Amino acid sequence: MKQLENTFKLACLVNGKRTELEIDSSRSLLDLIREDLGLKGTKEGCGEGECGACMVLVDGRAVNSCLMMAVQVHGKEMVTIEGIKGKDGGLHPLQKTFIAEGAVQCGFCTPGLIIASEALLRRNPKATLEEIKLELTGNLCRCTGYEKVLSAVEKARGKK
Amino acid sequence: MEKLSYVGKSLPRKDALIKAVGAAQYAGDREFAGMLHAAAVRSPRPRIKILSISDTAARRVPGYVTLVTYKDIKGVNKWPVVLQDYPFLPEKESRFAGETIALVVAQTARAAKKAAALVEVKYKELPFLEEPLKALEKDAVKIYGDDNVFSSFVIKKGSVDEAFKKAAFTAEGEFSTNYQVHAYLETQGAIALPESDGGMTVHSTTQCPFYVLDAVAAALSLPYHKVKILQTVTGGGFGGKEDVPALVASHAALCAAKTGRPVKLIYGRKEDFQSMSKRHPGWARVAYAADKNGKLTACRVKYVLDGGAYSTLSPIVLWRGTVHAAGPYKIANVDIKTYAAATNKVPCGAFRGFGQPQICFAQESLIDELAEKVGMDPVQFRLKNLLEPGDRTVTGQKLNSSCGLKEIVQAVRKKSGWDKKIKDRRSKPEDRGDVATGIGFSAVYYGVGLGAKGRYLDRAGAFVNIYKDSSVGVNVGNAEMGQGALTVLAQIAAETLNAPYESVKVEEVDSSKVPDSGPTVASRTTLMSGNAIIEAATPIRERIFKTAFDLLTAMGAGASQKMTACGGLFSMGGKSIDFKKVVAECWFRRLKMSEQGWYAAPRTTFKMEDGQGDAYVIYSYSADAAEVEVDLKTGAVKVIKIWAAYDVGKIVNPRLAVGQAQGGILQGMSWAVFENLTYRNGIMVNPNFTDYVLATTADKPEYDITFIEKPYAEGPYKAKGLGEIPLIGVAPAVANAIKNACGARVRSVPLLPEKIWKALKVG
Repeated sequence: MKQLENTFKLACLVNGKRTELEIDSSRSLLDLIREDLGLKGTKEGCGEGECGACMVLVDGRAVNSCLMMAVQVHGKEMVTIEGIKGKDGGLHPLQKTFIAEGAVQCGFCTPGLIIASEALLRRNPKATLEEIKLELTGNLCRCTGYEKVLSAVEKARGKK
Repeated sequence: MEKLSYVGKSLPRKDALIKAVGAAQYAGDREFAGMLHAAAVRSPRPRIKILSISDTAARRVPGYVTLVTYKDIKGVNKWPVVLQDYPFLPEKESRFAGETIALVVAQTARAAKKAAALVEVKYKELPFLEEPLKALEKDAVKIYGDDNVFSSFVIKKGSVDEAFKKAAFTAEGEFSTNYQVHAYLETQGAIALPESDGGMTVHSTTQCPFYVLDAVAAALSLPYHKVKILQTVTGGGFGGKEDVPALVASHAALCAAKTGRPVKLIYGRKEDFQSMSKRHPGWARVAYAADKNGKLTACRVKYVLDGGAYSTLSPIVLWRGTVHAAGPYKIANVDIKTYAAATNKVPCGAFRGFGQPQICFAQESLIDELAEKVGMDPVQFRLKNLLEPGDRTVTGQKLNSSCGLKEIVQAVRKKSGWDKKIKDRRSKPEDRGDVATGIGFSAVYYGVGLGAKGRYLDRAGAFVNIYKDSSVGVNVGNAEMGQGALTVLAQIAAETLNAPYESVKVEEVDSSKVPDSGPTVASRTTLMSGNAIIEAATPIRERIFKTAFDLLTAMGAGASQKMTACGGLFSMGGKSIDFKKVVAECWFRRLKMSEQGWYAAPRTTFKMEDGQGDAYVIYSYSADAAEVEVDLKTGAVKVIKIWAAYDVGKIVNPRLAVGQAQGGILQGMSWAVFENLTYRNGIMVNPNFTDYVLATTADKPEYDITFIEKPYAEGPYKAKGLGEIPLIGVAPAVANAIKNACGARVRSVPLLPEKIWKALKVG
C-alpha cells in the first residue's frame, strides 16, 4: 500500500459536487483529478504547463493542473471537462461547435482547448478572433492547424 | 455512375462526440484490477559498454516490485523491424542517450519512476558518432557494419555528365534540414495483460497494431494466436506511432510476463523526446541542368539521412526520399545516390512525408535558383517542366490520367494572385521599408502506399458484419489516429451497402479480428482498407439489393422498373423500403450477412539495382504558394498565408480533408521556421515544449485550400491518399518566399531569424 507521509483533508467542489477526501499533500492537481477522482478526460501532455492538455477551471479560471498542487483547490470550485455541460444538461455550445466545425481530430488536446475557451468566453463573451488566438496560445494542437478550433470558438460566442 | 449518398459529403466525425466530452479512452486512461506500473531506466550517455545493472538502492522504494532486463527476454533479443539491429533491451552496449536499458515495475507510476532513477548502471564510455557526414568518412569509428551505412539507393538514367556539359544553365547547392519531433499530444504508452492461457493482451496507442503483434510475439516467444493487440484511441501519430509503439508495448509485455500482473507503461514527455523516433535530419547536394529554353535536362543528387543509433525504418524512409529526390519533373538524365548513416543519437523513422520533405526542401529551393538563372518566373519554369499524364518519372514510370499536377499549379497561381504579386514586387525592388513581403512556390508529387520497397506489406483486410437489427460492424487493420479513418471508412461501407451512415460503426483495430493489414502509414488507409471494405461488402450488397428488389416487387412495384438505392432507402415504381426491413428479410432468408475482404496493391516493377521501374501504384500531387513578411532588422519571418491545391483523387469527406490539409500545412510551417531540436556532445539539449518551439494559434497562417479531384480508377470511389502530402511542400515555398521578400537564400531548415539576418548581412 502507498504510504501517506503527509496527509491532507481536502474539501472542494468538483463539477458541482461537494467532494471531501484525504490525500497525500505532495500530489499534483492533475494526479488528484486523474487518479484519486478517476476523471480521465483531463490529459497529461507534457507535465510542464506548456501544452494545456491538463487544463481545468478553478474558480472559473483555466489552469494547467499539472503545475498546481492538489491542496491548492481546497475550498475552491473546480470544473473538469466532465463538468462542462449546456444549460439543458446536454452538450455545451463549445462542444457542439467543436464537433460541427471539425475542430476535433485526435482529440487529446480537445478537453483542454474547450476548458480554455470556456474560461475566455465566461470572462469575455464577445472575445474577438485576435483575443481568442491570444488566449489559446497556451494550448498546443498538433492535428488541426488551429483554423477550425478558432472558428469553433467564434461560433460558440453568445450561445448558452 | 450512380449518385453517391455518403462519399463526397462532410458527414460528422464518428469519434468527435466522445472526444469532446472527455470520454474517449486513451491508453493512459485505462485501468485494470491489480495493475502495476513500469518506468524505464535510460542510458545517460551516447555510447556505453554496460558493465552492471543493480537495483539494490531501488528496492528500498516503497511499492517496488522488480527489475526487468534483457535476461528476462524469452524470445530472441531482436526487435523485428526492417534490419533487426535493435535489441528489445541492450545486453552489452547501449547506443544512444535515452535508450531503455532496463525497466522497473512498481505499485504506482510514481514509485516506478523514483525506483528507476535509483537503479545503478555501471558503464564505460565508448567513442561515439554525432555527425552523419563524418560517420560516412573512411576513418570514422564504426558503429554499424564496416561503413556506418544502414542503407543506400541509386536511381540512374541517361548520361548525366554529358547533359551537364551541354547545359545552358545549371544550379547547384548544398541544403540541410534539422530533426522534427512528432509532438503528438498523447505520449507513447501501452498496457499489457497476461492471459490465463499464457498469452498476452496488449492495449497500445499505435498506428501499426500488427507491428506491435510481431514484436510482442517475438519478445515473449509466443505464437501469434496467443497475442492480441487492441489499439486504444490514439492521440496523434504522424508517423511517430508507426514503429516505436511496438518497442514500448514489448517492454510492457516483458514486465507483465515477469510479474504475472497487468502492467501499464506510459511515457513522460521528456523520455518521449529522447528515445522515440523523429524526422531524420537531412543533408543534400543537388544540381540541376537546363537547356537554353529552360527545359530541365539533368539532375544529380547526393542525399544523406541521419539515421541515429539503430536502423529501424531508415531504409524505407530513405527509399521514398530517393524515388522523389528529383521533384515532379520530366528529366531525361538522372543520377541520384542516397545514404542513411548511423550515429549515436535517437533512432529516426517515420514522420509525415517519410524522407520526402528534407529532399523536397532542397530540390524545390534549387528549382527557384535555376529559374532565376534561366530568367524565368518560377511558376512558368515549373509549368514548362512538370509531369503530365503519359509522361515518365525519373524511375521511368509512365503516369496515368490521374495526374492533375499542372491544374493544381495553375489553381494556386490564380488564387494566390501570383502573377500580379511577382510583377508588383519586381517593379519596386527598393521600396521595402523595415518589413518586406514576398511570395514563394513549390510543387510536389507523392507515391501513395508503400511502393516497391514495401510491396510485401501492401495489403489490407476487412470484416463487414450486419447484425440482425441492421446495425453494421466493420473491422479493419488500419488505425484511427486522429486523421479520420473511422469516419471515412464508415462512409465507404455505408455507400457500398446503402446502409444509413449512422448505423455503421468501424472499430478500432483488434489484431485477432482481421488479418495483418500492414501499417497505417503512407497515406494508404483510405485506399487499402477502403478497397478491402468494398470487397467485403460487395457480396453482401448483392444479397441485400436482390432481397430489396424481391420485397419491392412483392409490394407491387413492377419488376420491369429500375430500382434505385440512396441514403439507406430502396425505391422502385413509387414504392420504397428501408435498409432495416431489407436486412430483417435477409436474416429471415438465412442469407450470409458477414464477409471478409482483402485488397492487395498491384505489382510494382521497380528494380533496386538502377532505380528504374514503377515505384508506386499511384501518385498524389500538391502545389503551395506561401506569402511571408520578413523583418529586415531582425530576420524574423511571419508566414501570412498559404494557398494550396491538391490532386488526391476523389475526396471522401471534404471537411475532414480540409482539416488534414490545414494540419499538415501548419506542421510543415512549424518545421520550416520554428522547430529546432539540438544535440550537444551526443546529448539532446531541449527535450521539452519549453525549448522546442511549436507553432501556436498566434503563428497560424491563413489557409486557402483547393482540391482538384482526378479520379483514380483503382481507388475506393476513385480516391487516392491525402494524409502526408500537405506537409511536404511548405518549407521550400516559405524559403522561396523569404528569398522573394528580401533576397536572402537560406539553405537550411529551420529558417531561423539569425540565418536570414546573416544571409542579408553577409550574403
